[in-house]
Amino acid sequence: MKTITEQKKIIELKNISKFYDGKPVVKNISFFIRQGEFVTFLGPSGCGKTTTLRMIAGFETPTEGQVLMDGVDITAIPPHRRSVNTVFQRYALFPHLTVFNNIAFGLKLQRIPTGQMKKDFRGREYEVMRKLTKAEIAEKVHNALKMVDLEGYDQRNVGSLSGGQMQRVAIARALVNEPKVLLLDEPLGALDLKMRKDMQIELMNMHKKLGITFIYVTHDQEEALTMSDSIIVMRDGEIQQIANPQKIYDEPANAFVADFIGESNIFSGSMPEDLRVRILGKSFECVDKGFKKNEPVDVILRPEDITLVPTDSDKAMLVGNIQTSVFKGDHFQTTVIVKDDEDYDNEVLVHHTNPCDVEKPIGLHISPDAFHIMHKARIINEIETEMWDEGIVEICGGKFECNSSLPSGTKVKVKIDFDDVEVMDNEEDGEIGGTVVNSIYKGNYYQCIIRTDTYYDFFVDTDDDWLKGDRVGINLPKDKIIIEEIKGEETDA
Amino acid sequence: MKKALSIAYLVIVALFLYAPILLIVFFSFFGQSGVNFSTQAGFSFDSYAAIFSSPSSGELFTAIANTLIIAAIASVISTVLGAVSAIGIFHLGKRMKKFVNNINQWPIISSEIVTAFSFVLFFSTLGIGNGWVRLIISHVTFCTPYVVLAVMPRLYQMDGNIYEAALDLGASPIRALFSVEIPMLLPGIISGFTMAFTMSLDDFIITQLNKGTTGIETLSTYLYSDGAKRGLEPFWFAVFSIIFVVVLLIILFSNLSKKTMTKKAEGGAKV
Repeated sequence: MKTITEQKKIIELKNISKFYDGKPVVKNISFFIRQGEFVTFLGPSGCGKTTTLRMIAGFETPTEGQVLMDGVDITAIPPHRRSVNTVFQRYALFPHLTVFNNIAFGLKLQRIPTGQMKKDFRGREYEVMRKLTKAEIAEKVHNALKMVDLEGYDQRNVGSLSGGQMQRVAIARALVNEPKVLLLDEPLGALDLKMRKDMQIELMNMHKKLGITFIYVTHDQEEALTMSDSIIVMRDGEIQQIANPQKIYDEPANAFVADFIGESNIFSGSMPEDLRVRILGKSFECVDKGFKKNEPVDVILRPEDITLVPTDSDKAMLVGNIQTSVFKGDHFQTTVIVKDDEDYDNEVLVHHTNPCDVEKPIGLHISPDAFHIMHKARIINEIETEMWDEGIVEICGGKFECNSSLPSGTKVKVKIDFDDVEVMDNEEDGEIGGTVVNSIYKGNYYQCIIRTDTYYDFFVDTDDDWLKGDRVGINLPKDKIIIEEIKGEETDA
Repeated sequence: MKKALSIAYLVIVALFLYAPILLIVFFSFFGQSGVNFSTQAGFSFDSYAAIFSSPSSGELFTAIANTLIIAAIASVISTVLGAVSAIGIFHLGKRMKKFVNNINQWPIISSEIVTAFSFVLFFSTLGIGNGWVRLIISHVTFCTPYVVLAVMPRLYQMDGNIYEAALDLGASPIRALFSVEIPMLLPGIISGFTMAFTMSLDDFIITQLNKGTTGIETLSTYLYSDGAKRGLEPFWFAVFSIIFVVVLLIILFSNLSKKTMTKKAEGGAKV
């Protein structure tokens, strides 16, 4: 059997960017998909996954970059000449046609080679093409209907079908054309849970049977983990990680992926030495190395990788108090409050199978390979800008007082710590405004990313959970702004 | 009490609207010739017979034929123009769409007599055609906005992915337009067509000012010149009664067929 890695690239995106009215939606992404793979674009809404899919289908033209299919540049080819077919989120069936005619729509437009060669008036040889006959179309449509379990529905009006049936017709309508790649844009989003689970399995079976490459878009991480050969996690128009589901879950590339895929505990910590990690004020054995001494890191612990043990057991590495415990059908979800060395309360989420008593002390055991350690995306906010005047620096379009007497126009680097940025409820109360683009809980505080209107992302540590998409104001206290002059301007040139 | 009042109100309004028309139908059976109602002549079908027997019958039939020819040509052209423009306008950018939609409403809102006179100036300045050509151009112009107005709402209702689905399945943009977009817009296109047809049938001022010296008379201009020359011919009561009944039937029929068609375009019994 051929393994996936031996197979050729069917779709490749090279340095693709897409702007709407100057606003970036997809930012310089590159990846490839191998023939026969089931690939999922996974990310929250607005992350650019649907736009990327639409660029592969041909409905959107990339602002920059190339789309290759079988190694051929198809960036400028219109959708009706691409051998891909799409299953849309809200089915997009033709309401004035019957089920049969919906499925036959693509077949009636197909031209197939006859094998016969002819010469045109300039003497060039070309192959004679022909339409499919009525009998051929009918046979293909019936096979397609059989595949989606809708035999006998051919003369039905599409309006009389249920949501699940309409989606089956949409899938049949796309697959009957035998595309090289099938694109599915959140195809199960409009279905109820039970129907969605059934369709997931059916789609996986179809993929296995037909061997067609599937590209699937969803914001549902469980769906992505269940169905895909590989997952492309996207956020904010950028790819966060490309890997198979197991790897995405076990070794998330960063705190965002960890937070988005499944439940997780994310803590800020450091690496005092190889194979040692320090979180919650304690040092633990781990399996990671190669970090700088005392490098700040994000540490991820999956709730099911933590075991509850009696407090007096020698396996107890941490001791805390059980705050809540909720039965979730196949496991208990328990929140344990652990005090760190600075006496802060930290929440630790644990999944386990035996019931436990609330408000009782409990021990926690974590094996070394349960610590997933990642470099921090950033440890301090750093902005290159200019002095506006003596004692005033311009940051992201706002003017801030600072302790620097550098003259106006001096190029400077401004630094400010995550927990020194002040976030205001009302945009007007801040010197500059911004939009909350992300918020991750880190045990005893939230780490938010606030994007200013000049597209700078401020990382902010706060006690409050700011709602994604909200507009907020940002203030930077005078004494907390660190200013460094950027020198060597002339030598650069 | 409240209900009785509201019914009474409705009856009074309906009476105001329909009484004059019903009177015409009533008196068409009493051989009227003037513009005053009287039953002196006694019940007869004389008015109806006069349509064919009056010395002016020839002129009447020419006028009817002219009206229908102009309405038919103008409404077909403006339906095509209007439907295509509506699709074009719909796919414009947000700001441009608003702008063109507003421009489209000017001819509808603006005073008809101004429109009529501006056509006179326009045609004579540019020396465009005469008679038929001028009448058809002007009728197409004032009918088209109504078609755009009738088609637009259906475009807004349409799922944008449906057009893309057609492209995705291999249809060229033109093919997708004819085999998917237009069939889905059909109910709107048909109501636009009926609107254009009746607007053209009814028109007086624009036709009167633009028919020029060619002697083309439509029903409305013929009525006007007939009345101006020698008082009204006896057949007018009968002609108006027939028009009233025919229009009533057309409206009933088109409403019924639109209902079944909308149902079909939306995919039958959607519960």
